[in-house]
Order: sequence, then C-alpha cells, then structure tokens
Amino acid sequence: MSGSGLIGRTVVEMGAALRSGQVTAADLLDAAIAQRERVDARVHAFLARTDDLAREQARRADERIAREGEAAPPLCGIPVALKDVLCLEGVETTASSLIIRGFRPPYTGTAVQRLLDQGAVVVGKTNCDEFAMGSSNENSAYSPVGNPWDVERVPGGSSGGSAASVAAGVVPYSLGSDTGGSIRQPASLCGVVGFKPTYGRVSRYGLIAFASSLDQIGPFTQTVEDTALVYQAIAGHDPLDSTSAPTPVEDPLTGLRCGVEGMRLGVPREYFVDGLEPGVRAAVETAVEVLRSLGASVEPVSLPSTDAGLSTYYIIAPAECSSNLARFDGVRFGLREASPSLLQMYLRTRDAGFGAEVKRRIMLGTYALSSGYYDAYYRKAQKVRTVIHDEFERVFAQVDALVCPTSPTVAFTQGAREDPIAMYLCDVLTIPVNLAGLPGISVPCGFADGLPVGLQVIGPRFQDARVLRVAHAYEQAAGLARRSPLVAEAAA
Amino acid sequence: MTLSRDEVAHVAMLARLGLSDDEVDRLGAQLDAILRAISRLNEVDTSAVAETAQVGGLVNVWREDRPRPSISREQALANAPDSDDGHFRVGAIQE
Repeated sequence: MSGSGLIGRTVVEMGAALRSGQVTAADLLDAAIAQRERVDARVHAFLARTDDLAREQARRADERIAREGEAAPPLCGIPVALKDVLCLEGVETTASSLIIRGFRPPYTGTAVQRLLDQGAVVVGKTNCDEFAMGSSNENSAYSPVGNPWDVERVPGGSSGGSAASVAAGVVPYSLGSDTGGSIRQPASLCGVVGFKPTYGRVSRYGLIAFASSLDQIGPFTQTVEDTALVYQAIAGHDPLDSTSAPTPVEDPLTGLRCGVEGMRLGVPREYFVDGLEPGVRAAVETAVEVLRSLGASVEPVSLPSTDAGLSTYYIIAPAECSSNLARFDGVRFGLREASPSLLQMYLRTRDAGFGAEVKRRIMLGTYALSSGYYDAYYRKAQKVRTVIHDEFERVFAQVDALVCPTSPTVAFTQGAREDPIAMYLCDVLTIPVNLAGLPGISVPCGFADGLPVGLQVIGPRFQDARVLRVAHAYEQAAGLARRSPLVAEAAA
Repeated sequence: MTLSRDEVAHVAMLARLGLSDDEVDRLGAQLDAILRAISRLNEVDTSAVAETAQVGGLVNVWREDRPRPSISREQALANAPDSDDGHFRVGAIQE
C-alpha cells in the first residue's frame, strides 16, 4: 500500500496497515494532502489547511505506533478533516462566515480533543453553510462546494465539505454537526455514511452553537464499522457541556455484527411523501427488502405529525440561533465595522458580517420570540415538538428501529433552489429526528440517475449501537458502496 | 398576515441588524412567505400538551464550585478587534 493506493481506504484498513508497518502516518498524510490538492480546486471542501500541524501530529503518531504497536488507538495516525464550526486551538475557525474571519480559538473542543488524544492527524477545516445553516453548502461566505459525484451539483449541507472530503477520498473520515439533517443529508447526497448520535451523547463543548437543543456532532465515513470506531472515540460524558448525557456509552462494536434477524423494523408511511423522487423511493424500498431478507420483520408504522416537523423546526432553530448569534457583536472577536457609537457599530458589523440566510433566520427567530408573538409561534412550536417526540415514543413501543429515506431527492444542481422555502424542504425527513433527540444514520443504498441515495435508520434515544447494527447489516448484505469518480481518478 | 415595514424594522433593531431599506423589503416579504408556509403548526392539536424545551432528559445539572484553569487575559483578548490595557475597547455608549 503506497501513494495513490492509499486513496479511498477505510479507517480500519489504514489502521491495520499502520500497525503492521506497511505504511506510516507520514505516508497517509502525504497521500491525503496530494489528493486534497488534486481535487480541491473543483470541490472546494477545505477552508484552513493545517499541513504543518498535521506533519507534527503524524510524526508523533508514528512514534506512538512504534512504541505501542497493536495497543495504539484505532484512530492513531489517521487523517481527519473537521467542519469549520469545531474549535481547534490556534487554527482559524470561521463557521464559513465573514463575521469571524481570522478567529483563532484559544481552546480545542471536546470531540476534537478526543480525536487528538487518540493521535489523529488533522489535514484541515472543512467548508460548510454559514453557521451550519443550509442544505446545499451554497450559504458559505467563501465558496460553494462541489459534489464529488458531479461537481456541478451540491454536496448537501450544512456539512457539505466534510461529506465531500470523505467522498472525494481525501480523508477516510471527518466530523460534522447535525441540527436538522446537516450530517445525514450531505452523506446521502455524497454516497458516504453519516451518523447523528443521540442528543447529549457527544459533547458540544467547542462547537460553535447554532441551535443548542438540536445540535449534535457526528462522523462521516465510508463504512459503518468506521463510524462505530469514530463514535466510540468521541462519545461520552463531558462536564464542560451540561447537556452531555452521564449514562455510560454502550460499546458500538460488540453488537455490530449481530445482524437484524428477529428485529422489528418500522417503515413510517409519512416518509414516503409526494416530493420523494421515484428513483429514491425505489432504492430505499429495495434496501428495506434486503433487510427483510436478512430476517428482520418489516411493518408499516405511522408518524402522523411528520410534516409539521418542518414548521416546528423553522421556529425553534431560528429562535435558538437568534439568541446564540447575539454573541457576534464586533467586541471580542471577528469583524468590526468602525463607527463612533457602540450601537451603530453593532448594527453595521452584524449587517456586514452575516450572510442572507443567517440574517433571515435571525430575523425569523427574533420575531418568533418577540413580545406578542411568542405564544403563537415559539410556545406553539415547543408544544408540537412534544407531539412529534411522543409519536416516536409510541412507535418505538412497537418496533426496534425505523428505516426510511434520508433525503427526498438526489443531489441537485448548484443554484437550482433559490427560494428559501424550497431549500428548507430538503430536510423534511431528517428534522424530526433532531426534534426528538434520536440517533439517526444515513448509509448509501444505491443510485438514482447515477447519483447516490441514502437509507436512513432511526432508533430510540441512546440506542445508537442498535442503529449502527442495522446499518451495518444492510451495508454488508448490499456490498460496500461504489466510490466517487474522484477516488477512481486518483487510482487511475 | 402581512408584516409592515415598521414591524420588520423593529425586529431588525431587536436583533441589532442594521439592514438597508432594500433588505427590509426583501426580508419582510420572505418572512411573510415563511410564516405562511409554516402555518401547518396551527393544525396540530396541542390543547393538552406541555412544551418541550429540550430532549436531553436532564434536570438541574450540578458541579462542584471549584476553580479550574482558564485561558489567560492575553488569550482572551487575542482575537479582539480593539483592546487597551487588558480590556476590550469599544466606542462611546452614549451618542
């Protein structure tokens, strides 16, 4: 294994090659940087590049592997990319916004630190929708991102760069964040695995907050087993995040190969909506049949308020964002538009620093929380959130997990969805999971019109391992997903 | 419902966004359209339902009131657009 032969390898394969001495962390890093430079003029997945830091990390990882051998952690020496909403000490972190261009965090977030503790090698920060608000990555203040399957198309969002960096074979895994589908939807559109753990499983300390009751960090990988390894590394209680769950994390690897025989899977009929593309429907229905053939019982279930999820989300998420983004005021970090008075400075800085979608959501959230409208919008949305949560609880009394599409469509062409409401519909099948705090994964399940389709598996709270087990069973039966043309190109 | 220009400008001031007149018009129309699109909320019967603010299931998360290491003043100020003598510096608070 060397050079272009390292492109497109999994975390497990790279780890085995490192421990057996076939390659070094420095080799893996060289291959990652070479692939990044080969593709990124077309894909634009990366913002800050951290090559000097990475070389130092790779050098230390090689020493550690020489010292610890098989006992070295599974992510030691393996390249990773981090969504640009995750703080890494001293490395520019912009959330793809102009308002904190040049910001260098004075500390590292917990999930990232846990990767570093294992000996991870960080090759850069990835492009995303500004402050993680969007479904196409077109809201980045720096550049849109190309889908590695067709660079004229969107990679999804908001973690578009993180998904594309894995799909393009630059890194075997990356971290993203998911508030309403921002990991699962781009994973679906880019043909990779994307996992949003149960709310509270992964510490949000050091994640630039969008909507704090919904945000959760999770991995992108090429295989479910790799996802389990990364999840195991980042999950667990953190006293620095008061919403972090203190319950012990179930080992996601032990049960991974137990299969789905005898498991009860529900297919929520409301997830097969009018806007679902026929090719997506066909691929997902075929995937459900694969799970049935593996011995799972499959039954239709109903989540009647599914379509109210979108409306609920577009009050709650903007309300929380309008509060969280108040901190960007030109005083402590980032942009300042000079002005003689403090109030004028606030007004001008925030007008100049935020992009159109972020302003739209701040306005919507401020309105929904404002005097006279709070009951009609925010309080009402919180009540509907309860209804959606309770519907999931009832369904999980009947079935062990849900299987359904991740995204109603395959990747669409850049610029095709200029109407904000049309864009919001991208997340109609992922949002309810965040509202209820559930674990959800998107795993590749074939193609429609030559573009990847994702199967979504949803489980009850804290049944993250079960979700991974179902996804793994499907993946093993279906065969690993085909790699994007950019990976094939590197191997040629 | 239709938001008036004054209402949009009021919300923008609450959010400390110094929008141009064009932006007020454009955002006002977009907010109107979004609020209409999410009217589905009102079709859900919530008469016997309590609000959900968070789904973490935790209440009253306590920790020991014990000091721990923190970032230095220099680090805290390192990203500031303007600082002076160990403080963040801003313009006049009163016009």
